[in-house]
Amino acid sequence: MSEQVTSTRQQYTPPPPELGPGQTSHTSITDKITSIVLTPHTPIQWFIVVFIGLSLVGLLQVSIAYLLYEGIGIWGLNVPIGWGFAIIHFVWWIGIGHAGTLISAILLLFRQKWRTSINRSAEAMTIFAVMCAGMFPLIHTGRPWLAAYWLFPYPNSMGVWPQFRSPLIWDVFAVSTYFTVSLVFWFLGMVPDLASFRDRAQNRVAKVVYGILAMGWRGSAVHWERYEMTSLMLAGLATPLVLSVHSVISLDFAVSILPGWHTTIFPPYFVAGAIYAGFAMVLILVIPLRKLYGLQDFITLRHLENMGKVMLTAGLIVAYGYFMEQFIAWYSANEYEVYMMQNRMFGPYGSFYWALVLCNIIIPQLLWSKRVRRNTVWLMIISIVISVGMWLERFVIVVTSLHADFMPSSWDMFYPTFWDWATYAGTIGFFLLAFFLFVRGMPLIAAHEVRTLLPFGKKGK
Amino acid sequence: MTASNLTASNEAEPNEAEPNEVGQTISRKQLNLDDLRGRLARPGGPAYWRSLDELAGTEEFEAMLHREFPEQASEWSDGVSRRNFLKLMGASLAFGGLSNCTIQPEEKIVPWVRAPENLIPGKPLYYATAMTLGGVGTGVLVESHMGRPTKIEGNPEHPSSLGGTDAITQASILDLYDPDRATAVKNAGRIATWGGFLQNLDQELTLQRSQKGKGLRILTETVGSPTLGQQLSFLLEEFPEARWHQYEPAARDNVRTGAALAFGEPVNTYFDVAKADVILSLDADIFNSGAGSVRYARDYAARRRLRNGESELNRLYVVETSPSSTGSIADHRLALDSAAIEAFALALAGKLGVKLENSPEQPSYDDRAGWIDALAADLRNAGAASLVVVGDQQAPILHALGHAINQSLGNIGTTVHYTDPLEVDPVDESRSMHELVASMLADEVEVLIIVGGNPVFDAPGDLDFTEAMEHVGFRAQLSFYENETSERCHWHVPQSHYLEAWSDIRAYDSTASIVQPLIQPLYNSKSAHELIGAMIGQAGLPIRDILREYWQQETFADDFDEFWVRALHDGLLADMAFDRRRVRLRSPIKISREFGRPRGDDKFELAMRPDPLIWDGRFVNNGWLQETPKPITKLTWDNAALMSPTTAERMGVDNEQVIDLTLPGRSALAPVWIVPGQADGVITVQLGYGRRVTGRVGTGAGFDAGPLRTSAQMWGARDLKVIKTYDRHPLACTQDHHSMEDRHLVRHADLDHYRHHPDFAQHETHESPASLTLYNTNEFSSTTGNAWGMAIDLNACIGCNACAVACQAENNIPIVGKEEVLNGREMAWIRVDRYYTDLDDPEIFHQPMPCQQCENAPCELVCPVGATTHSEEGLNDMAYNRCVGTRYCSNNCPYKVRRFNFFQYADRDTPSLKLQRNPDVTVRSRGVMEKCTYCTQRINAVRITAKKRGTPILDGEIKTACEQACPTEAIVFGNILDAESRVTDWKASSRNYGILTDLNTRPRTTYLARVRNPNPAIDKG
Repeated sequence: MSEQVTSTRQQYTPPPPELGPGQTSHTSITDKITSIVLTPHTPIQWFIVVFIGLSLVGLLQVSIAYLLYEGIGIWGLNVPIGWGFAIIHFVWWIGIGHAGTLISAILLLFRQKWRTSINRSAEAMTIFAVMCAGMFPLIHTGRPWLAAYWLFPYPNSMGVWPQFRSPLIWDVFAVSTYFTVSLVFWFLGMVPDLASFRDRAQNRVAKVVYGILAMGWRGSAVHWERYEMTSLMLAGLATPLVLSVHSVISLDFAVSILPGWHTTIFPPYFVAGAIYAGFAMVLILVIPLRKLYGLQDFITLRHLENMGKVMLTAGLIVAYGYFMEQFIAWYSANEYEVYMMQNRMFGPYGSFYWALVLCNIIIPQLLWSKRVRRNTVWLMIISIVISVGMWLERFVIVVTSLHADFMPSSWDMFYPTFWDWATYAGTIGFFLLAFFLFVRGMPLIAAHEVRTLLPFGKKGK
Repeated sequence: MTASNLTASNEAEPNEAEPNEVGQTISRKQLNLDDLRGRLARPGGPAYWRSLDELAGTEEFEAMLHREFPEQASEWSDGVSRRNFLKLMGASLAFGGLSNCTIQPEEKIVPWVRAPENLIPGKPLYYATAMTLGGVGTGVLVESHMGRPTKIEGNPEHPSSLGGTDAITQASILDLYDPDRATAVKNAGRIATWGGFLQNLDQELTLQRSQKGKGLRILTETVGSPTLGQQLSFLLEEFPEARWHQYEPAARDNVRTGAALAFGEPVNTYFDVAKADVILSLDADIFNSGAGSVRYARDYAARRRLRNGESELNRLYVVETSPSSTGSIADHRLALDSAAIEAFALALAGKLGVKLENSPEQPSYDDRAGWIDALAADLRNAGAASLVVVGDQQAPILHALGHAINQSLGNIGTTVHYTDPLEVDPVDESRSMHELVASMLADEVEVLIIVGGNPVFDAPGDLDFTEAMEHVGFRAQLSFYENETSERCHWHVPQSHYLEAWSDIRAYDSTASIVQPLIQPLYNSKSAHELIGAMIGQAGLPIRDILREYWQQETFADDFDEFWVRALHDGLLADMAFDRRRVRLRSPIKISREFGRPRGDDKFELAMRPDPLIWDGRFVNNGWLQETPKPITKLTWDNAALMSPTTAERMGVDNEQVIDLTLPGRSALAPVWIVPGQADGVITVQLGYGRRVTGRVGTGAGFDAGPLRTSAQMWGARDLKVIKTYDRHPLACTQDHHSMEDRHLVRHADLDHYRHHPDFAQHETHESPASLTLYNTNEFSSTTGNAWGMAIDLNACIGCNACAVACQAENNIPIVGKEEVLNGREMAWIRVDRYYTDLDDPEIFHQPMPCQQCENAPCELVCPVGATTHSEEGLNDMAYNRCVGTRYCSNNCPYKVRRFNFFQYADRDTPSLKLQRNPDVTVRSRGVMEKCTYCTQRINAVRITAKKRGTPILDGEIKTACEQACPTEAIVFGNILDAESRVTDWKASSRNYGILTDLNTRPRTTYLARVRNPNPAIDKG
């Protein structure tokens, strides 16, 4: 028996290390991560990005102020195209957010240790993406000053409640729950690292601020025990959310009777799309960051490669979704479905559809190659292509389904206006600004978790 | 009771009393009346004063004015006790709650001092009057709320209407309240007074009187008012050498000349369409344009009902250059250019054995369509029950030919009737205008009085009216808007709307009506009667008295007062129509050489038509009509050069591309619009657009086709050349897609098929049985005994859009402007969809689309705030207050009948427009979805009446606005639980079907399939 065991041991090849060779001790890890924040020196690139972000936030403010002043007529919407960029971007941003939760919750439960060096930034990405997403459903309504509270079930003297059969109400609950859980999970995870910041800060203000944020963390065994337990519980809570949020959002479409929306495959297909887009966005953020802050030892090529694999898998599921849409349209023999699919491919928005196929199905097949997966430039390009592709997917779903539905007499075209684009650019600016402020002031990498990746850390367990 | 008792509430009236009462408590100084007179007489003395005290400027009055509270009101003087404090707090909290976060609009309350008779606040009153267009009247009923006319309906008693109206009549109410209409007498562009004008006019007339009016010219539009005619004849008696000219751009000169050619006098022709089994229209849009069209459409549709197992239909043949409403409902439609139409008529007349005096080179008609024999046989078989109608714009000879054919078929006296002319003085108006311009240029005219119209803009292009005006010393114009002509007149007097002034008019069949006002003129406007009256010493005389005097002479009624009151009440003067004339053709019609001669191969034909909605340009500032899609092209806010796909292809032009239409010496730039069903080689343009001086709505819309007209060729030319340009002019079309894509929206069959399969329409799509559901099927059952439903007969719909304008007026639907229509945001609650079958020889289908009021409504399910819910009686209600504007309901509506306020479309600021609004319907704000409600306000009004009466609501008691306006009675609304109701009857028809019912929406609005009655002898390609 023992021989057998020995032989298995001999066959066992240890997994590649999660960390690069440069990081050898607890101290070096903590030093490296705290030094990004606790330093008077800020890289010039950071200022450039923050400047761009701030400018775009300015544009966003102008766009929203003008929107509130004039009405949503400033966008390119009409009848029949009642939803346009706002909903496209709502779904796009929410989708991006998903990768963060997937990495921090599901991979935690699956004990994927490699996730530790990217989970923090991915979670931050989730928070900010959901903030961007959350703006859209509100401002896209005709009367946001009322929608802001009428969509919530608050007790009132008139006894009027939201209409719970509407998927838009489900959205409100799904997104707000998701945001709350993500925020708590993210903040809780930072507490030990914030305590490290507090301990190492030289600056009085920083000491106080991080001291408050650290919430009295002393690193005692009891703290750690409770911390681990809470993390696990939150991960357990967040895991179904990864699946539910985008499923619910897909129901905004699937519950309707519109050809192109009324599809049972939407929930899984949307979730896969979200993971796809989310990992692409993580890569878009992480590849420049690791270069900028010299984090190659933390976020190694192995991380990037793993993310490439996830994208490839999610992309194949998405491709399956596209194929199923086509198949069901044909198989249903429903004239509206068939027409919708033909119109999607060969109608006035046909070029969008083929661009989508190119971006989401064809180009990502390069990820089969290990060389591509380990090449940051290729990964960056493919990630951007996927982000564009996922944008196109939402555009195709929202616009081509609406613009030519049941009544040929009402068919019309959607042309986005300047304000459509400005609002979108504005949310990108908000996202960049928020993310880079986070990078500058908060622990970008979960130092305490990365420390457990050191060989003696493992041995200790 | 007459409407003159009803005046607009004048805010000055009640205000007068108020300060006096308050003033009594102030110890009063003795007033010195002489002093007051002095103050008033002083230049710059006060023009308005509230009380003598104010006028006297006493200190007490000043003090009273500046005191915050009147003397009696005791002010809060005791200190704040705990009890009072709590009361106050409670009250302010309660008030805070009451305001409910919405700022309530400021309201002014103006109570009646003496309430007019019959006036119950909240209850509208209806008055009969008549609307005049082109010298011909249509009887209408006008709804009046507290003295404000708000809505026009057809007069069921009047033969020209029988309760229906056209789109123009529906929209005419908006003109009354148009903030851009002329509001003040102006002298050289400066505001002046009517008195000042009369003084100046008097000087001129005194001068003229001395020379028997040699230099005096009156230019009116076509005068159909007998009383105005009499006034004018008095004027001509007083100034024997003065001349009266008539001109309007859409005059029926050719009709009159044609009748004169045939019968030696310009008799009035009208038709009894109800008696006609076979109708041939030679480019006549008789159902949607011109005199009597509303009645003709109704009579035609009455023969298309296929009720109770009926299986006979009348048959309509239309030969036309450009597709019209009439052509779109024809059983056979043939697109020919005007020369071919003439040759066609000639060939047909030959076949029918009509005696003609042919010119040696008679044009031959190439009967490729194989119509002539079949049509001639069909007409002959129908005998005296056939009818040939010639379009108003066709050549006089064609009209004469039409009379000859009708006579030879024996139609005169059955389907065709003649009376004395409707016009007081039927003249050839383009010649009249020609003469006027000639005498103006010859400096023979010293005083020119223009009564209505806009000759500077619309006089034929070969007459330089503008230049001619410079030769006239005194020019004055009475018109509704300040227009291109007003700019060049010394005096401009605002003209009263027909709802503001007394007049009289004859309808298409010569039925006479009194035009009675419903409201005092909103501004200092005058009617033609008042202007002409002022010139013949009737200044200040009430026009009503002049009218009464005129009709007292005409009638033999014993009790004139009773006759008069009845005339006002019924909207028509009993037995005052002309007797029918028995006329016979004098001699064979002489056919000229030019008649039917084809144009050269390298030339195009230009066809001019009045616009179906803005007519000759007089409604160009009417936003409702501008935004109502044209019946066939579905264009709004523009006219265009219409051409067939083949012509466009040959020319190499595309929609919206600007082309230069060139006739010898004249040209106009126009955007192209391709219309399937247009005759090849013919370019049709509409008049009335391209206005430079009018209100904000009309200025700059469309292009001016006027320069292409000459007094010899008012309605077209056959030597048009076209030069392409590469400019583009965007056109706002409300329907971009013209094919039904094989979806079973409009279901149709030939009569033969229908006879064998009367229920053909019910088997075109699969519909799941109502029982196939998991849910409670009684969910929609009504406990009130009412379940509202609607049925629309596609066999009757002519696509005229009267329903859409009626809906707009009834439901306070805003207009959005051309830009927004281009953005696809028009607000019409009911639209008329139009589909073509193919490009070159299409069948054309109309389908009115109001909300389908689905029992299983997709919109209701998806609203997150429950703003759209189902009423017990089956309506999809819309709570505007609750709507937050997610637009999900619209996305999920398969019929796309929901409309969204993307901006604040409703004008909340212009005071005059507020007067027009229906007080029973909310004015929607920005960000809110809106939709057809089946006129829920009308349902509720009748519900209250029925409740008080204690009986159920009767069938027909509630009429939706669209139903009421429809000239062909194509729409019926009622209670589907009532087995006796018309709607139940219609829905039981074998032609009844719902659209998109395969989605299980269970619409309450259903359609009756269209059945055509083609002649089996004509092979339809």
